[in-house]
Amino acid sequence: MTSGEMPELDLAPGAASVGAPRAEALEIAPEETQRPARLPAARGFVNGVLGTTTGRVGLVMVLVVVLIAVFGPLVRPHDPSVVVGAPYGPSSGTALLGTEALGRDGLSRFLSGGRLLLLVGLATTTVAYLIGGALGLMMGYARGVFDAAASTVVDIFLSVPPIILALLLVAGLGSGVEIVALAVTAVQIPPIARLVRSFTLAVAATEYVEAAVARGERQGSILWHEVLPNIRIPILADIGIRMSWSIMLFASLSFLGFGQSPPAADWGLMISENRGGLLIQPLPVLVPAVAIAVLAIGTNLVSDAFGRSIGRTQEGSHASR
Amino acid sequence: MPHGEPLPLRVVDLRIETTSGVEVVDEITFDVGRGEVLALVGESGSGKTSTALAALGYCRPGLKVVRGEVSVKGTVVSALDEGALRAARGAQVSYVPQDPAAALNPRHRIGALLEESLTVHGVEKADAKARCVELLEQVGLPSTDEFRARYPFELSGGQQQRVLIAMAVGCKPSIVVLDEPTTGLDVTTQARILELLRDLSKDHGLSFLYVTHDLAAVDQLADRVAVMYAGRVVEVGPRERVLREPAHPYTALLLASVPRLTVRRGLAAITGSAAPPGERPTGCFFHNRCTLAEERCTSEFPPTSRVTDGWSVRCWNAGIAKVRQPPAETSAPDTTATTPLLQVRELAASYGRKRQSDQLVVSGVSLDVQRGECVALVGESGSGKSTTARCVAGLHAPVSGTIMLHGEPVAGRAADRARAQTQAIQLVFQNPDRSLNPSSTVAGILQRPLLLFGICGRREVRAVAAQLLERVHLRSRTLDLYPHELSGGEKQRVAIARALAAQPQLLICDEVTSALDVSVQATIVRLFGEFLKDGLSLLFITHNLALVNSIATRTLVMHAGVVKEAGQTAQVIGNPRDPYTRRLVAAAPELGVDAGASPTNSALVGDPAPPAARSTRG
Repeated sequence: MTSGEMPELDLAPGAASVGAPRAEALEIAPEETQRPARLPAARGFVNGVLGTTTGRVGLVMVLVVVLIAVFGPLVRPHDPSVVVGAPYGPSSGTALLGTEALGRDGLSRFLSGGRLLLLVGLATTTVAYLIGGALGLMMGYARGVFDAAASTVVDIFLSVPPIILALLLVAGLGSGVEIVALAVTAVQIPPIARLVRSFTLAVAATEYVEAAVARGERQGSILWHEVLPNIRIPILADIGIRMSWSIMLFASLSFLGFGQSPPAADWGLMISENRGGLLIQPLPVLVPAVAIAVLAIGTNLVSDAFGRSIGRTQEGSHASR
Repeated sequence: MPHGEPLPLRVVDLRIETTSGVEVVDEITFDVGRGEVLALVGESGSGKTSTALAALGYCRPGLKVVRGEVSVKGTVVSALDEGALRAARGAQVSYVPQDPAAALNPRHRIGALLEESLTVHGVEKADAKARCVELLEQVGLPSTDEFRARYPFELSGGQQQRVLIAMAVGCKPSIVVLDEPTTGLDVTTQARILELLRDLSKDHGLSFLYVTHDLAAVDQLADRVAVMYAGRVVEVGPRERVLREPAHPYTALLLASVPRLTVRRGLAAITGSAAPPGERPTGCFFHNRCTLAEERCTSEFPPTSRVTDGWSVRCWNAGIAKVRQPPAETSAPDTTATTPLLQVRELAASYGRKRQSDQLVVSGVSLDVQRGECVALVGESGSGKSTTARCVAGLHAPVSGTIMLHGEPVAGRAADRARAQTQAIQLVFQNPDRSLNPSSTVAGILQRPLLLFGICGRREVRAVAAQLLERVHLRSRTLDLYPHELSGGEKQRVAIARALAAQPQLLICDEVTSALDVSVQATIVRLFGEFLKDGLSLLFITHNLALVNSIATRTLVMHAGVVKEAGQTAQVIGNPRDPYTRRLVAAAPELGVDAGASPTNSALVGDPAPPAARSTRG
């Protein structure tokens, strides 16, 4: 083969300079490879939680307690405020868990006592996250004087144990479910603000946020579109743990007598009321205590499985490249 | 090489698979002689690092050696148990990693680190100190007590790399594996490190396996070159032959995609991309990107054929590849306009709260960008080039100076600028991994500027976004993918499309290709060439002088926050007047001799093809 006949690698200038159609220029476009579609957060949740033993166990634990709390009042055998026998009576056909301090049915009171607890846990955490999250986002994004001032206030609140802080609030404002719920919400705001601030700081330093700043996007729009979607996964994992924590705090405050007033059925209150007869009839104390523990442990397991599944999905997708 | 003495490194028919059985590299055979530097060249994903690590008897998690033999000085590494392997590492085989800052334990002093690397391999504590002093001198570092008492963070990047090299050569190993040892370093530092490595191999007979993607650096250091593509060695031979008259079409194309300092030329782009492990085609792995491919190439992987002694290639059509080099992507700027698009006057900027003149990272920078012109801002890290770009983009408020767009001064912060002004200036960042919102699909990413600037209504967004992707040569299928599903080059195209979505007049490109492979860089540079022809202006920030040569009309060289030299690119690079520019140009690694000097025996034509030749193409 002589040099004149040598085939040439076709590398003459691109389409623009020789007027070739766009379609040809498109050939430069690389990568035909089909990669698996990304797992959205919702599907990641389902796969991560249902796909692991930890996740499944946690989910069952949470569901059992939630079902008892939600549907318990519909299936209770007795009115929870009616006396059915002698105090601390043994388990029997009419009172499966025996009777409690005032001779009311332990099972009926247990079935009635979770609904409010769960509702308060859900509501306080949600409200606390709305306020604390917004505050944290602004602190982490704005930096400067606002962040310094807000951080100082947050630090002061964080230096006081939450239960004491909540007790102080309740002592100042009086007892009652609304006041306790308010206190449980308030004490959660500083740690949430602190956490969201640290997530935001990391994302605010990235170049996609800078690109948005450079094209003149409004601050709210940047936080909503660029920052929030990228911190939602650690936040979702945190919400679960924080919810179980606020349920425990509410139960603790009920135990101490700040929540619902005595005739009402409430898990925290039950533990408090019946602890005197612990050696005679422990069930009215143990069952609500175990329910709270199972809920807390289950929530933690689910959060954990979720967090791990997200981490695994992201690692997996990076490794595949 | 006399018979009898075993080679420092010998790799025979090596195959590495993932634990799930997917081929990563296969049929790898090469050797390294005494005092020889073998460069293992390839793009990301070609398997060069996996191959090099096998020489250390190491496989990254998820990989395993399933066939073949790696022997160091006659000892088969793969047959060693973990204990023997540990003894061999450092003493027989050693390793210089890519990122020196991450490789040195920050809690130990330099002297202690060096002495430890010696004592673990049996050097007596008493002798270690003397040997440590000797080594530091050997790698060109001060050997004083003061220096040995320093911590790694008290050293510059180049000094840290020298310490690692000293640690690697301390026990006089048979073979040293260098993993991209100069990638993170400035050009002047890189030149000195390459010089040090060359001296070590010549004066002390050390053998190096040099893993890199930087062909220009290879040309400065290597004796022989092995080119890897998709897990196979496709060409291996003496450096001056392989890099001047490559026998494999891939090598030829790779060389043609490298920007050159002495030749003002465009960059050849390789169509398509290398298939990742598990998706490699049948036959020759390169056939789907090779215009020479014939039927045989699609069915049968070519055997190793000899070109001359010590030079072999795996291609059915070896030696006939001839690359036609496109012309440089420079444009004729519109000089009829009286006011330039962008004027920067006496810009000064600093970081931190104290706005003192002695802390300025940028001072007295003035530059103009005409419509349809590409102006390059060149400098080493810390020269202030990126800060200048950030000031123009409105991300960093300058201390003093003015920035004018169409003769109108603009505010320091993007938030204070008029909408039309922020729209006119758009920015593309260095690292596409960090510049694309990972939680958003490509459509979502492109939608933001389109809606912000009212380019189109909500209903047309998808169609307009698809047109933008077409402009950066991506398929509209990409719209529904997330950034992590794209390759580095694709991500950077999306980032460019996002900037284009605003319909800007000026595109600021901050080191946009430095995180990319050289062939991908070539495609991106060609893309910018198209934009220039469409009348877009570019402010091109880079540390790569040769790259500037392929795209910029005018060039400014920055050093320590000050513009050292400014002028036409050809002049600044070809005939630098400032001593700093001269040093920079001298240090920049350059690929090969001027191809124009010996066009008759060179398969690579360095000069732009004449217009007649170009028009003959179909």
